[in-house]
Order: sequence, then structure tokens, then C-alpha cells
Amino acid sequence: MMFVPGNNPGMMADAHIYGPDSIMLDLEDSVTMTEKDTARLLVYNALKTIDYGDTEMVVRINPLNTPYGKKDIEAMVKAGVHVIRMPKTETAEEVVEVEREIEKVEKEIGCVGRTKIMAAIESALGVVNAYAIATASPRMMGIALGAEDYCANLKTQRTPGGDELRLARETIVVAARAAGIDALDTVYSNLNDMETFRQEVEFIHRLGFDGKSIINPRQIEIVNEVFAPSEKAIEKARTIIAAIKEAEKKGSGVIAVNGKMVDRPVVIRAQRVIELAKASGIIKEGEL
Amino acid sequence: MNLKPAHAGTLESGDILVQISPAVDGEGLTVNLDSSVAFQFGNQIKKVISETLDGLGVRDAVVNATDKGALDCTIRARVTAAAVRATGKDVWKD
Repeated sequence: MMFVPGNNPGMMADAHIYGPDSIMLDLEDSVTMTEKDTARLLVYNALKTIDYGDTEMVVRINPLNTPYGKKDIEAMVKAGVHVIRMPKTETAEEVVEVEREIEKVEKEIGCVGRTKIMAAIESALGVVNAYAIATASPRMMGIALGAEDYCANLKTQRTPGGDELRLARETIVVAARAAGIDALDTVYSNLNDMETFRQEVEFIHRLGFDGKSIINPRQIEIVNEVFAPSEKAIEKARTIIAAIKEAEKKGSGVIAVNGKMVDRPVVIRAQRVIELAKASGIIKEGEL
Repeated sequence: MNLKPAHAGTLESGDILVQISPAVDGEGLTVNLDSSVAFQFGNQIKKVISETLDGLGVRDAVVNATDKGALDCTIRARVTAAAVRATGKDVWKD
């Protein structure tokens, strides 16, 4: 998910050219108070006009307790955004409130249920309530860690190793998995240190995150490299799925591949590898 | 419609700076455009500016626009923002 400031039309026009899976146009922190109105109009018109193809379009709105939040929701839902991203989410009630506002606009224009919600968790209270937030609405499609605000709230600061984020990251992944939605990691802002960025992406991949937030197209390649499954893993997954299909035909339950028992978790992992390979463009849709 | 001088936009690449000033009632719209692509797209840019203002009910105004290669959607957004600021009314509509 690539972050793009909502007040920069040049970046908004070009962002999808670099091929991120999703683009988050920001109306919150990257926009000054005096430009909230113009950024909202820019993002609205961009979403209505620019062909972003298959890219998932997300807009980070201002909180509902500011004068901008409700107007942001109205404009973005009318523009047909895929996902509204809530900043600094701390409770399930906040999600319900955003859902109510979305539904109001969707009823007006006749598209109830179209807009999904993602919540950024950026405080200790948000982490404590992660599962409640993740399950607060059927529209919830993901939760994400916002590390800068979280560290400020925790009275600590970010380090290259990310020790200070460990509990938040693990909590968010577990909450997302329990809720059946996506978990997205925070941004890494030092563009001059791509090695530490790679280590961080590898780490959060091991933790189970579905993706990484990025602030520059230069970071896309590394994320794709880390998240794309290896040829060996794809081949193994293909063998498992072929074996399970064969077993289903014959009506047998448990099967073995290369002498190892294949049970449900193994099949789920194999399916996930194939999904990732498709998402990464390594294998084509419909191909196994 | 009563207008006060207002502007929106920047001089960054891909953007357009739109300045709106009041004009005498009945004088209509005057659009002064400065753009490096005026030769190819000047008429189109002016058309988007005029149509956007017309849609917002702004009939009499002087618009000075400095274009840096903005897309039509950016022009519409900047003109609308400048008009909202000039009229003091949230004239935005879907």
C-alpha cells in the first residue's frame, strides 16, 4: 500500500504507474489544516477521473471528531473509493460511527455496502482493542499499524530493530487473523537505508502480515521480492494441490506427498502460496 | 454571486494555481491563462475552468490561472476550491 499525499496532484496522477497493489491517498497527516478543503476536492476529482486499473484505492480520512471527517467520507464515497482508512482508531465504536456515515451516503446514491473500511491502530488503547476494532463491522477489510503515533503514545521511539513495535505487530496480526481480515504493517521512512527496510519487510513477512505500507515507489520492488513465493515453494504447492484434487476424485481423505502427510493446514498454506504467486504475477490466473 | 479574491493550487509540476477575483455583474467571465502547454491545450484548459465555474453558479469573475501541466480533474478541483473560498459557500456538489 503506497501512501500518496492528497494535496499533490502530480504524484496522484502517476502513482499507479509503479504498480503498487493499493494506493492510499491521504487527507490526514500529510495535508495542512488550511488545505483540507482543496485536498478533498483533488482526491475526489482524481478518483472520479483517473483510471487506476486494478489498483485498490484507499483514502485516509480525517477523524470524525474534526470538522473534516464527515465531509471526507461524503466526498470519497461519492467518488467510489474502495476503502476508507480510519486514522488513529482506538475503539470499535469509532468504526461503527464511520460505518454509519458511509451508509448514509451510500443510501443517498444507491450503493449500500460498496465501501470497505480499514482501521489504522496508532496507540496503546488501539492495540488493546485490536480484535474489537477488527470485528466492529462486516465492512472491515484490514487493520494496520501506524508506528510513529504509536511510539509517541508509548513514550518511546522507533529503532531499526523495531523492538518497541513487537507487541503491537503481533497483536495486530493475531487480531486480523482471528477476524479473517488483512494485517498491514507500518511505513519505513528512511529511504537512504534500503537494507534495514528489507530486513523489516522480511521480519513482518515472517510475523504473518499481508503487506507493508510504503512511502516511495522505490520500496515496491523489495516488498514484492520478499512477499513473492520462491519457485521451489510454488512447485511444492502445485504438487500438494494436484494431489489433494486427485484424492478428492478418489474420495480418499488424508493423503501423503513425498512421504509426508498432507492435512488441512498444509493445503491452506499451499493455496496461500498459489494466491501470492498469482498476485505477484509469477503465475497467471487460471493456471496452476 | 458576491465574490472576494481567493486562490487555490500551487506552482508545482502537475498542478495549477487558480486565482479568482470579483468582476462587475453582467461582465461575464474573463480567464487569463499562463501555461507552457497553452499552444496545444490552452482552449481545453479555459473550457474546463469556464464549465466548472458555470456549474457552480459563478457567472461574473476574473480568473488568473498559472498551469504547470495539470490534468482536467486537477483543474476542476482547483477551480472548485478557489470558488468555494471566493464565495464563502460550500458550493461543492457531486
